[in-house]
Amino acid sequence: MAAQNLQPVPEALSPEEQERAAQLDAEGQAYFDHVMAQDSRIEPKDWMPAAYRKTLLRQISQHAHSEIIGMQPEANWISRAPSLKRKAILMAKVQDEAGHGLYLYSAAETLGQPRDKMMDDLIAGKARYSSIFNYPALTWADMGAIGWLVDGAAICNQVPLCRASYGPYGRAMVRICKEESFHQRQGFEILLELSNGTPAQKQMAQDAVNRWYAPALMMFGPPDDDSPNSKQSMAWNIKRFSNDELRSRFVGMMVEQVRVLGLTLPDSEVRFNDETRKWEHGPLDWEEFKEVLAGRGPCNAQRLERRREAHDDGAWVREAAAAYAAKQARKHAEKEFAA
Amino acid sequence: MNSESVTTPETYTEAHAAETTGHGDISVGVAGSGDSSASATRITPGNALRPEDIALEVRTGLVKPSEDAAEYALRLGDDALILAQRLGHWISRAPELEEDVALGNIALDQLGHARSFLSYAAGLDEKSEDDLAYFRREHEFRSAHLFEQPNGDFAVTIARQFVVSYYQFELYSRLTQSTDATLAAISAKAVKEVDYHRDHSAQWILRLALGTEESRARIIHGLKLIWPYVGELFVDDELTHRLAEAGTAVEPSSLKADFDRLTGEILTEAELEVPQVPFAPGGGRRGKHSEHLGYILAEMQVLAREHPGASW
Repeated sequence: MAAQNLQPVPEALSPEEQERAAQLDAEGQAYFDHVMAQDSRIEPKDWMPAAYRKTLLRQISQHAHSEIIGMQPEANWISRAPSLKRKAILMAKVQDEAGHGLYLYSAAETLGQPRDKMMDDLIAGKARYSSIFNYPALTWADMGAIGWLVDGAAICNQVPLCRASYGPYGRAMVRICKEESFHQRQGFEILLELSNGTPAQKQMAQDAVNRWYAPALMMFGPPDDDSPNSKQSMAWNIKRFSNDELRSRFVGMMVEQVRVLGLTLPDSEVRFNDETRKWEHGPLDWEEFKEVLAGRGPCNAQRLERRREAHDDGAWVREAAAAYAAKQARKHAEKEFAA
Repeated sequence: MNSESVTTPETYTEAHAAETTGHGDISVGVAGSGDSSASATRITPGNALRPEDIALEVRTGLVKPSEDAAEYALRLGDDALILAQRLGHWISRAPELEEDVALGNIALDQLGHARSFLSYAAGLDEKSEDDLAYFRREHEFRSAHLFEQPNGDFAVTIARQFVVSYYQFELYSRLTQSTDATLAAISAKAVKEVDYHRDHSAQWILRLALGTEESRARIIHGLKLIWPYVGELFVDDELTHRLAEAGTAVEPSSLKADFDRLTGEILTEAELEVPQVPFAPGGGRRGKHSEHLGYILAEMQVLAREHPGASW
C-alpha cells in the first residue's frame, strides 16, 4: 500500500526547460506591463506577478468576508423592523449582501483559491474583514446610519474599483455598486423619516449618526502617510485614489446630505479648505481603529462565533448535498454505460 | 359575499383597466390562473401586484372586503407573516450562502403575500397592514400552528417548508378562481412564487433523505415533528363553508387529496414514509395558538409598540 503512494522525486528541469520557463515569465511580465500601461484588464488565465495575485486575493476575499460578516448587524433587526415594508426592505438588503459575498468569492476563486479555504481562514480568525462590522447595531436608527454612512463610504471606495485592473473583480463591483446605491438611499430614507418623526425618533437618528460617523470615516483606511500597501495597489491599477482623497470626498457628500436630513455630523471641525479645494474633518481616533482591527472591538468575538456556529451547524447539510450529488452522478453514469 | 357584489376576475380587470392605482395591468396577475408554471421573476415590477396597490385601493374605497373575506384574508395573511418572521431568522445563519439567499427569498415572498392579504383585510375597518401586524394581540391572530413551529435545525425548517409550500400551492391555485377579485389577484401572483418554494423544499427533501445517514435521520425526525400540524390545515369550519358556497374560497378539506398525492410522490422518491403520528387539534383559526406565538409577537411588535402612532 505504502509503495503505491510513493511518487518519484521530480527531476530538475533541463537547462533548455529552465530557459523556456524564464522566457515565458519574461513574456508574461511584458504583457502584464503593457496591460497596466494601457490601463486595460487582466483576466484569470493571463500571466500575472505572484505578488499581484496575492494582493488581489487578499483584497477580494477580505471584501467578501466583509459582506458576509456585514449581514449580522442588520440581520439583528429583521425580526423587530417597525413596519412590514421596512422589514421587507431590510430582508432584501441583507439578502443582497449574501449575494455580494457570492460574487466576490467567485471572483476570488478565479485566482485559484477555493471558497471553502477562504471560509476556513475567516472562521479560524486568519482573514480580515472590514472593522466597521465589529460595532454593534443598537437601535433601529442604526439601520439608517449603516445604510447612509457605512454603505455610503463603501460606495465611495467601490465605485473606482469598477475599473480595477483585474477583470472579474471589476465586473463584480459594477453589479455590487448598483445595489449598494439602493442600500444607501434606503438608509437615508430611514433617517429622514425618523428625523421628521417624533422627538424620540429624531433623537434616535442623531444618536446613531453620532456613533457611526467616525468609524465610517475610518473605513477608508489609515492616513496616506501610514498606508504601506496603497502605492503598489495604485501602480497596479487596483486602487485609483488615495485613502485621504476618498475620505475627503465622502465628508463633502455627507455635509450636503446631513442638512437635508435635518441632523448634524458629530464633528465641529468639518470645513472646506479653499486652498487645497478639499473637505477636511476633525481628528480620528486611529488608536481605536487599531484596537478593533487587532480583535479588541465591541463585537469581534461575537461576529466570528456567529459565523463559526452557522458554518458548523450547516456541515451535515453540505455533506448531505455533496453525497447526494455524487450518488446522482454515479447513477447517471451507470445509466449511460448501460445504454 | 352576496350575489350583487360578486365580481369575476374578468370584470374586475375591465373595471380597473382605466384606473391609475399603480397596477393598471392587474390582468397579468388575475389571468394567470392557468399559468402557474410561468416565472414570477419574468413579470416586470410595473405589472406586479404590490401590497401598496391594494392598500391604495382599499383606502380610496375602490375595493372593500366583505366581513367573511376579511376574516379569511387574515388567516392567509397571518400564516404567511408568521412564517416570514420564522424564515427571516435564517438569513446570516444558513448552512450555505446560497441558502441564505434562497431562504431569504422565500421569506420575502411570504412577507409580500402577508402584506397583500393583510392590507386587504385591513380594509374592513379602515386600518392598515401595520395596525394588524403590530397592534393585534395574540388571540386576535389567525395563523395555524404549523406556521408557528420553531425553525429547529435545517431539516425541521425544510420539513415545514415542504408541507407549507405544497399546501399553499394547492390553495392559491384554486383561489385564482375566487369570485373575490382581490383574493384572486393576490393568489395569482403568490402561486407562481410558491411553485418555486415547492421546488426548493422537494429538492432538499431528496438531498437530505438520500444524502448521508445523518441527514436521513434528521429529515425523518423533522417530518415527524412537523406532521402533527398538517391536520389543522385541512379543517373546514363555518367560515370556509360560507366562502365556498359563495365561490370566494374553497373548503380546506378539498385540498387534502391533491396534497397527499403530490407530497406522497416526493416522499416515495425520497424513500420516506408519511409519518404515522396523530394530528394535534390546532385552533389557530379561532385564536387558540401554540406556546410559540407569544414570543414571536413579543419580538416582532416590540419596537412599533414602544412608539405608538409613529411612522417609519
